[in-house]
Amino acid sequence: MIPEHLGGGPGLLETLGPLLALIGIAIYLGLALRGRQPGTRRRCGLWVAGSLAAVAAISGPLATAAETSYVAHMGGHVLLGMLAPLLLVLAAPVTLLLRTLPVSTARQLSHLLGSRPIRVLTEPVVAAVLSVGGLWVLYTTGLYSAMHHHRGLHLLVHVHLFIAGYLFTAAVISVDPMPHRRSFLHRSVVLVLALAAHDILAKHLYVHPPDGVLAPAAETGAMIMYYGGDVIDVAIMVVLGAGWYRVTRPRFRRPIRGAGPTLA
Amino acid sequence: MTERRNTTSGVLAGVGLVAFIDETVFHQLLHWHHFYDKSTTDVGLVSDGLFHALGFFAVVSGLFLFADLRRRHSLNWARWIGGVLLGAGGFQLYDGLIQHKLMRLHQIRYQVDVIPYDVAWNVIAALMIGLGTVLTIRSRSGRAATVDT
Repeated sequence: MIPEHLGGGPGLLETLGPLLALIGIAIYLGLALRGRQPGTRRRCGLWVAGSLAAVAAISGPLATAAETSYVAHMGGHVLLGMLAPLLLVLAAPVTLLLRTLPVSTARQLSHLLGSRPIRVLTEPVVAAVLSVGGLWVLYTTGLYSAMHHHRGLHLLVHVHLFIAGYLFTAAVISVDPMPHRRSFLHRSVVLVLALAAHDILAKHLYVHPPDGVLAPAAETGAMIMYYGGDVIDVAIMVVLGAGWYRVTRPRFRRPIRGAGPTLA
Repeated sequence: MTERRNTTSGVLAGVGLVAFIDETVFHQLLHWHHFYDKSTTDVGLVSDGLFHALGFFAVVSGLFLFADLRRRHSLNWARWIGGVLLGAGGFQLYDGLIQHKLMRLHQIRYQVDVIPYDVAWNVIAALMIGLGTVLTIRSRSGRAATVDT
C-alpha cells in the first residue's frame, strides 16, 4: 500500500489519454475506410482494441485502483506497455498513412522515418533497453514511489512505458516499413534477451518489491508481470515466426537441388 | 544443410517441449516446483529468466522450422525426432544438474526425500540424450551411414 497517493481531480493522463485515443481511432478509421483493402476490417479492429487497452490502463477503475494497489498497477502495466503496443503495431498505422496521404506528404513522412533519430530508436537493441531498462529503473529505484506523489512524473512514466513498448514491438516484428530492418536472427536474439530481462526483473521484484509494497501484493504483482509478459512476448514470437515463414517461402515449384533425397 | 535444419528444428522443439512440460506440469498442475525459493541465487534467477524466454522462443521457432521443412518436402522424421530427444534431454539435464543443484533455483519437490526424484529426472534426461544421439547418427545419409556400423 502507498500511504498517500495523488489527490485531487483527474489528472492530465486520465483526461488527455482517452481524448488522444479517440482522435487516433477517428483518424485511423477515417483513412482506412476511405480506400478499403483486404484486411482493412481486421486492422481497424486491432487499432480500436489497442486503443481501448491503453485507455483501460490510464483511466477508469483500473487506473484508480492502480494509484493505491501494486497488483492493479502491474495489470495496467501489461495492458499499456505490452498489449496495447502489440495490437496497435499489428494495425500497421504507418503503412496506412503512407498509402492514403497525398504523395508529397507521404514522401515527407517516409523521409522522417529514415531520419537518424528514428533509425536509432527503432534499432531493436536501443528499443529493448529503453523499454525493459526503463522498467528496471522504475521498480528498483525510488522512482515508483516518487511517481505516486508527483503528477508530472506519473504522466512521464506512463508515456514512456507506452512509447517504449510501441517502439520495441515495432522494431521486433516490423509490420510497418522500417528504415533499417534488422535480420530475423538479430530481432529474435534481442526479443529473447528482452523477455529474459523482463522475467528476471519480475522474479527479483517477487522478493524485493518497491518501497511500501507489502509481500502478498509483491508476489501477486510479480506473477502478473512474469506470466503477462510471457503471453504477450509469445504472441510477438508467433508474429515474428510467421513473418519469417512468409519471407522464406520456396519460390520454385520444382524441388530444390539437394533437398529431395532425404525423404525416402 | 537439410540434415542440419532437421536437427536444429528438432533440438529447438525439444528444448521448448521440456520447458513447456516443466512449467505446466511441475509448476502449475502439481505445484511441486516453486516460483521462487529462499535459496535461489542471483545467477539462478538470471539462468531461469534466460531459459524461460529461450524455451518459449525454442518451441515457436522449432515449429516454424518444422513447417518449413515439410513444405520443402525435406523433413526427415528420424533425424527430427533425434533432435527433439537431444534438445529435451540436454535441457532437462541442465535444469536437473545446474539449475536445481548448483544454482539451487528450486527443487523438484519439497517435504520429501528429493534424491529419488533427482535420480529419475537426470537418468531420464541421459536416456533421451543417448537415444537422440543414436537416432541422429543412424539417420545420417550416404557415406556416413556405412561408416558407423
